[in-house]
Amino acid sequence: MDAKRREVLKTGGGVLALAAAAGILKPGEGLAQEWNKAAFDTRSVSDTIKALGGSGSSPSGAIEITAPDIAENGAVVPVAVESKLPRTQAIAILIEKNPNTLSAEFEIPAGTDPFVSTRVKMAETSNVYALVIADGKYFHAVKEIKVTIGGCGG
Amino acid sequence: MADPMRIRANMTGDKVEVKALMAHEMETGLRKDAKGNLVPSHFIRNVTVTHGGKTVLSAQWGTSISKNPFMHFRFKGGKPGEKVTISWIDNKGDKRTDEATIASGS
Repeated sequence: MDAKRREVLKTGGGVLALAAAAGILKPGEGLAQEWNKAAFDTRSVSDTIKALGGSGSSPSGAIEITAPDIAENGAVVPVAVESKLPRTQAIAILIEKNPNTLSAEFEIPAGTDPFVSTRVKMAETSNVYALVIADGKYFHAVKEIKVTIGGCGG
Repeated sequence: MADPMRIRANMTGDKVEVKALMAHEMETGLRKDAKGNLVPSHFIRNVTVTHGGKTVLSAQWGTSISKNPFMHFRFKGGKPGEKVTISWIDNKGDKRTDEATIASGS
């Protein structure tokens, strides 16, 4: 009976591998998901943009960052980003002076508003970049947020 | 297993407004405990939101998303009574999936 269970498990794995090979199961779906370690390990804005596949980015007035000017608690800083750029595909939040620059990357499929809001941790007063990939091009907006108590302390 | 997410999905005009609050420590790996030992990193890396079998938002997160993460976004194409499903997986392989029914809103 135990041998049979093993058999079933093996066959199950085979079916999954077949499904993956046939392209039914795309990598990143269902099983382990993709996570861009290289991008999350970066320590500067320009390196993050490179790790996200860009060669650089242009400032844009069509990106709006909604966040406080002064955050009393760096552990919880509300940041919202809205892009008015046509064909916005992705929105990333970068915090220049954090130990790792990249905080989050959101992929925006067609039908979803080019808007995300979340809460981030900030180690100290820093420029916060909203990086937007629209129609394959890279754009950004920047806002300085002053932090009175850091959020990554020990 | 982590605690359930709190998800709200409400119609605002022709769009579904989704707000989600997840229960997670979001340890950076840089913090020290009372004895001075580093607390290992433990954080959500991937979040996927689906509606009717279609992905309406996918996110990759680093350690600098706040503890008990909050997320807010909007998408088109949903109707009251339909489901919105949110899944996350963290760097230790823990995962959680919860769903909410779209409310007609105010």
